[in-house]
Amino acid sequence: MRASLIAAGLLALATLPLWLDNPYILHVLIVTGIFIIAAMSLNLLLGYAGQLSLGHVAFFGVGAYASALVSLGFDISFFTLKPKPVWFAMLCGIAAAGLCGWLIGRIAFKVRGAYFVIVSISFVEVVRLVAVNWVELTQGPMALNNIPPLNLLGFAFYKKPENYWLMLAVALACFFLVRRLVRSKAGRAMIALAENEPLAISVGVDVTKTLVLAAVVSAAMAGAAGALYAHYVRIVDPDVFLFIYTVTMVIMVVTGGKGTLAGPIVGGLLFGLLPEGLRALAIKPELQWIVYGVLMVLVVYFLPAGIVPALKKRLAWLS
Amino acid sequence: MDQFLQHVLNALMLGGTYALLGIGLTLIFGIMRVVNFTHGELYAFGAYMMYAFVMLTGANFFVALALAILLGALLGAGIELLLLRRLRGADIDTTMLVMIGAWIALQNGEQLAWTGVAKSISNPFPAAPLVIGPVSVAWNRVFVLVVALSLIAITYLVIQKTKLGKAMRATFQDRDTAALMGVQIGHIHTVTFALGSALAAAAGALLGPVFVAYPTMGDLAASKAFAVVILGGLGSIPGATLGGFILAMAEELGAGYISSGYRDAMSFLLIIVILLFRPTGMFAQKERIG
Repeated sequence: MRASLIAAGLLALATLPLWLDNPYILHVLIVTGIFIIAAMSLNLLLGYAGQLSLGHVAFFGVGAYASALVSLGFDISFFTLKPKPVWFAMLCGIAAAGLCGWLIGRIAFKVRGAYFVIVSISFVEVVRLVAVNWVELTQGPMALNNIPPLNLLGFAFYKKPENYWLMLAVALACFFLVRRLVRSKAGRAMIALAENEPLAISVGVDVTKTLVLAAVVSAAMAGAAGALYAHYVRIVDPDVFLFIYTVTMVIMVVTGGKGTLAGPIVGGLLFGLLPEGLRALAIKPELQWIVYGVLMVLVVYFLPAGIVPALKKRLAWLS
Repeated sequence: MDQFLQHVLNALMLGGTYALLGIGLTLIFGIMRVVNFTHGELYAFGAYMMYAFVMLTGANFFVALALAILLGALLGAGIELLLLRRLRGADIDTTMLVMIGAWIALQNGEQLAWTGVAKSISNPFPAAPLVIGPVSVAWNRVFVLVVALSLIAITYLVIQKTKLGKAMRATFQDRDTAALMGVQIGHIHTVTFALGSALAAAAGALLGPVFVAYPTMGDLAASKAFAVVILGGLGSIPGATLGGFILAMAEELGAGYISSGYRDAMSFLLIIVILLFRPTGMFAQKERIG
């Protein structure tokens, strides 16, 4: 029953561009999917390892910028890089984001809780100000334009259906990576740390190693989402570092259910498609954000664990 | 050398308001264990109230300032009663999410109410600057510093010398024991949040006429307040005061001698460096890790 439901859902998702003849909705779905990948990566850090990182968009933005820059090539005073193939650029984006994750993971070991949150916000702001001010490298507010799309064995991912399948493939890969990781010994160590740190340490969990691993994997995944984004919309500007994107990811994870595999997907679909629904009602963007803010407060009050755990409880009660 | 002196003077003028912002945040953080993301919105609220009273109704500048601070306190009390009261005892992540939601709603509410166009606010001070030897400073900035220092002194005296202040300090040290001694924790929380919010609104009302009021002005203010708190250590008013002046000095000198584009990066860099090398801050009263 459950397996056949999942198979039907996957089939519907995989064939969607074939029967959905609406490029706008497809575009919204691709961007939502990219954000769901980012939300899944945040879930690893927030839901499983228990570290609220409000700097998550930094990894996304670093992935986007690094991938765009390597594929475009750049020329700064002490270093020149010729344009490289896009697949290689995307790998560089993932690696650059992972490196930032390593750095943040090391910091997380030193400061926790509220202080870690503030450090992570500060980290994004510093990166954003570098992106605005280092015009020689990043073009600053003029943005990086004409980023080439992914080109594999002579096949270019120009159109929306191809990009949709690319996004779907990466999303599935990330989903299974997270699933594999949280069910491994390292994943159980993360959960143990989040639940009771002194107890976890007493049974031999290596705090530094576990947190750094969670941060690196999470950051690299967010970097992959950023690289996908850069080569899909083909323009990157310092606004990718806006705090509101981190907030969007956090809302997706918390609403869906942190520390559950399906949570970021459910929350991501809800908050990825909600703005389109609100726009259809001809609501001003400010009001739309107010709705976001109020919803966030209401979710914390009424669904503190998120939608997926609440549904699971309801289902268990029924049967 | 003259240039350096001018930078130092500018930093002194700015430091007072940074200290005000930091003290408000450090009180709320220390006593309530709430990371107050609406702090910057209270700052913007203060600036917009100045605009509303001075420019729209033509009220007296000083009356408007007092009203803006008072309304800031009321808004703060409202936020505490409506959103935080029922979350008492919840973990810090939960309250943080609620405060982020409130922040988004408040900021976009401001944008809706006042539009995105920056508003300038006139002030009654002479336009000619005060010239002291080789350096000069605008009169309205002198006024800002004097008011900020007075408010800091008043806050310090309230906390150190009054019964209410004693109850606040007791709550900071040990909430449960304070409650057992008959301190009404709920009242203390409301008063603390109102006081912190009033200080943020005061900073906005003071700086609004110096710069301009715009809807996202609170974001930078909040980040500076966080930097001040981290510099000064948790719950320490002298620490936050000194932290405000240190941050202003770092910004002025950074903008003057490195690059003005990185002026606002100074607060974030200070946060990261301080947390990495001296995580207890300069005047911490409690260990902050864990």
